[in-house]
Amino acid sequence: MEITGWGRTRRAQVLAARPESAQEVLAALADVGDNTVIVHAGGRSYGDVALNDGGKVVLTGRLNRFLDFNEETLDLVCEPGVTFGDVLEVFGPRGYLFPVSPGTAYTTIGGAVASDLHGKNHEFAGSFGNHVQWMDLALPSGEVCRVSRTNDPELFTATIGGLGLTGFMLRVCFRMMRVPSTDMIVQERRAPDLDAFITAFEAHRQEATYSVGWIDGLARSGRLGRGIIETGELAEPPSDDRKERRHLAVPFDFPKRALNRTTVGWFNTLYYRRVPQGGRTRRVPIGRYLYPLDSVLRWNRVYGRQGFHQFQCVLPNEAAPHGLHSILKTVVESKAMPFLGVIKTFGSDGLGYLSFPLRGYTLALDFPHKDEDTIRVLRTLHEITAEHGGRVYLAKDSALTPEMFRRMYPRHGDYRSVLERVDPNQLFSSDLSRRLRIRE
Amino acid sequence: MSTSGSTWLVLGATSPVSRAFALVAGEHGAGVVLAGRDTEALEATAADLKVRTGEPVHVLRLDAEEIAKHDKFVEDCLALRDGTLNVFLAFGVMPDQEAIDSNFDLAFRTMNVNYVGAVSILSRLAPILEEQQGGRIIVLGSTAGDRGRLKNYVYGSSKAGLHTYLQGLRARLSRSGVSVTTVKPGFVDTSMTWGQSLKLPAANPQRLAQACWRLAEKGADVAYYPWFWKPIMTLIKLIPERVAKRVRF
Repeated sequence: MEITGWGRTRRAQVLAARPESAQEVLAALADVGDNTVIVHAGGRSYGDVALNDGGKVVLTGRLNRFLDFNEETLDLVCEPGVTFGDVLEVFGPRGYLFPVSPGTAYTTIGGAVASDLHGKNHEFAGSFGNHVQWMDLALPSGEVCRVSRTNDPELFTATIGGLGLTGFMLRVCFRMMRVPSTDMIVQERRAPDLDAFITAFEAHRQEATYSVGWIDGLARSGRLGRGIIETGELAEPPSDDRKERRHLAVPFDFPKRALNRTTVGWFNTLYYRRVPQGGRTRRVPIGRYLYPLDSVLRWNRVYGRQGFHQFQCVLPNEAAPHGLHSILKTVVESKAMPFLGVIKTFGSDGLGYLSFPLRGYTLALDFPHKDEDTIRVLRTLHEITAEHGGRVYLAKDSALTPEMFRRMYPRHGDYRSVLERVDPNQLFSSDLSRRLRIRE
Repeated sequence: MSTSGSTWLVLGATSPVSRAFALVAGEHGAGVVLAGRDTEALEATAADLKVRTGEPVHVLRLDAEEIAKHDKFVEDCLALRDGTLNVFLAFGVMPDQEAIDSNFDLAFRTMNVNYVGAVSILSRLAPILEEQQGGRIIVLGSTAGDRGRLKNYVYGSSKAGLHTYLQGLRARLSRSGVSVTTVKPGFVDTSMTWGQSLKLPAANPQRLAQACWRLAEKGADVAYYPWFWKPIMTLIKLIPERVAKRVRF
């Protein structure tokens, strides 16, 4: 079958197994033989981290059971295919929630660990790996072991943000948190330019629990980096029992010219203006706040057949203002045309060897894929990022070079040592691991 | 104690359809007994059901071929019964027909699991439901049982036998207020069809399970799922034998 990353710029022809139980997972891994294998879960990573062209993949779609929830310790044990949507649906009404969430409910818990994903509340909550207690890992050798901070800590640290290359997570245990209701109180304010954004973030990051900024990627010169800054807090009860918004689906790929400077410009201006000059405050169900794009299923088709790249970088605090200016200026002056731009702050470094977060600012931009030019712009942005001491998010990447990877991830050597120990024959391998030459 | 005072016995509980049905039952307040061979996988499913529904869930080992153990199995079910006992039967094997052609053991097994095993269990459960003077039985048959086809005739014949048995069981149990529903799905998206290129879409197990629940509630007799299999099979059944024997389907 053919699988792609969410950006649909990379496609892979693979032989897929869809095990329904832990035993079947072990059988599927034993069956790989001379081939290689990678786990493909929610398919929400943008690039090729979960692709294995010409090889095998294990799908997690049927491995989505909850195994145990302890109401005192708040530890939840589940299979890797459980999605954030599943957790919200089952536990939200009971007053519990995941401590960290990505921007789509279709991501899986396994994927959350493998990318050490972050959310809008990183300042205080850190990333997903910080909340993981243990994982039952099916190693390439066929052995299954329970990995934690005290049991094989190097393997634990390699698996958090480890891109699925250390083995197959049969079960994950992570700590949930209590929530007073399933609503959030959200405040939105305009930020007329990048400096205003940074000022606003600095003012709010130590106070707001959730914060995110939406950036107009096309705004130039005086309005460079204008957008909306959104801060949120969990609301007190009672929950708003609003009806589930009906899902629209994008039924076909949009034609090539649908997204151009004009249409995107209109959209971005409208988006900026929907928040009144003085700002506004609303009460919103958690699902609507965390997953705004999910209400349009397959929204990635708006980018047409050629797909799109997502560039996401993090810049350390001191370098951030200069770096962000530089990046936005480059983007605006090039022919690339980002539709969606998102900015957040990170409060700490990620704990995994290949974890993405650094204390600082993270910026994400979507670029429709046009041609070699798009890749050139991406590589320029990588260079700017590296110069400022930052790095690029591997779960979204599709254009990094091996050299740039090594420059951005100083702990790659420790990571490789663990892989050499648990997977000497390179049973686990992905298009990304080969592109970045992680094992060399 | 289950919320609704009823228990669903799910036979062949490792099937994703069974798993989905057990969840629907639990969401309707019923207790569930999961029965199958892979008790480790069943324990995981039981854990999931307990977290999601909070209703009582038990696991029992059942091998359709081990006829000698079926009496004990039914005793154990009775001990776990809480309120009205209902039955969902979804176990079955479908070896490749070409493999069966060269190995009678596979044919023997197919018949033993799909037909003999099902009849064995149901005959032992029938008196219990008769005594209850109520309850529902729902069994997954197959469109393959409607006509013996070159590609699938041993499996088809085992299901055909099952369909006919269920017709008689339906007649017998209706006199005690017990309904017997035969559901005939076409292709279902499980490991039975995984990797095969199918001419028609494979049904989603969750939706099939929900349809089964609705059919059981109504006390329906026989139903095809999805609906389009009914006109298809009606036509296929009408094809004269001298034509059908030459078609490669």
